Amino acid sequence: MSEPSTDTEARRIATEARDRARFEEDALALADQVYRVARRLVGSREEAEDLVQETYARAFRSWKSFTPGTNLRAWLLRILTNLNVDRGRKIQRSPQTQPLEESDYYLANKLASAGGEEVLEADDVAERLSQDSIVNALAEIQPQFRDVVVLVDIGDFSYADAAQILDVPIGTVMSRLHRGRRALKQHLAEGAIS
Amino acid sequence: MGAPCDRCEELLQDFLDRTLSDAEWREAEEHLGDCDYCRRRYRFEETLRRYVRTSSVERMPPGLMDKLAELRGLDATA
Repeated sequence: MSEPSTDTEARRIATEARDRARFEEDALALADQVYRVARRLVGSREEAEDLVQETYARAFRSWKSFTPGTNLRAWLLRILTNLNVDRGRKIQRSPQTQPLEESDYYLANKLASAGGEEVLEADDVAERLSQDSIVNALAEIQPQFRDVVVLVDIGDFSYADAAQILDVPIGTVMSRLHRGRRALKQHLAEGAIS
Repeated sequence: MGAPCDRCEELLQDFLDRTLSDAEWREAEEHLGDCDYCRRRYRFEETLRRYVRTSSVERMPPGLMDKLAELRGLDATA
């Protein structure tokens, strides 16, 4: 007959191993989604790949700090955005703020004035705004604004999740999101009308 | 385009995010009901958001999943 304490310890180890395996499985199931967001946060595929690997390495090491039942995808993205900042992105960022069109209709107005109101109908818009042009325009947005646009408009995170991921107040998420979307439209306008 | 359209433009992003108050929502709806100019721009913005959402459909590079799977079991002290 084994000692009760050994039994308890064995059970604890078995439970922990099972919890850990489940965590790893859940995290890996999200890898595609995590990569997709990472790919738009950084410039190249290689960088995105490195960043996702670093993220999973850190996540697997610190799996115990994840609270089961909370949003695992947001938790992984929080690690990823922190690593991305650690990689020195802040230093690379240009200090000056680009002047921004303070108008949400800016791109639509530009397109309409170049080609008439009809171009705003969906089919014509598709011809003018290729996937590449959107990818390029996103890449041109300043990182602090781009991060929010990518998380909310591509990653489908709520304002609250984005706030948690980036460790900023929710109001900051909203103002950066509005600004980031306007910057996106401005860059698209520069590309589309030339 | 006059003041009501300016106001409608101001409400655009929150309208699509569904974060307007009921009163603001009604205000936008009423204006959009009468104004082709704004309606077209709202629809355009909706389309644009759809394009942005689907602009990152790239799958993971082959092999990345295996590399991630190999990281399982990493020691907290490693």
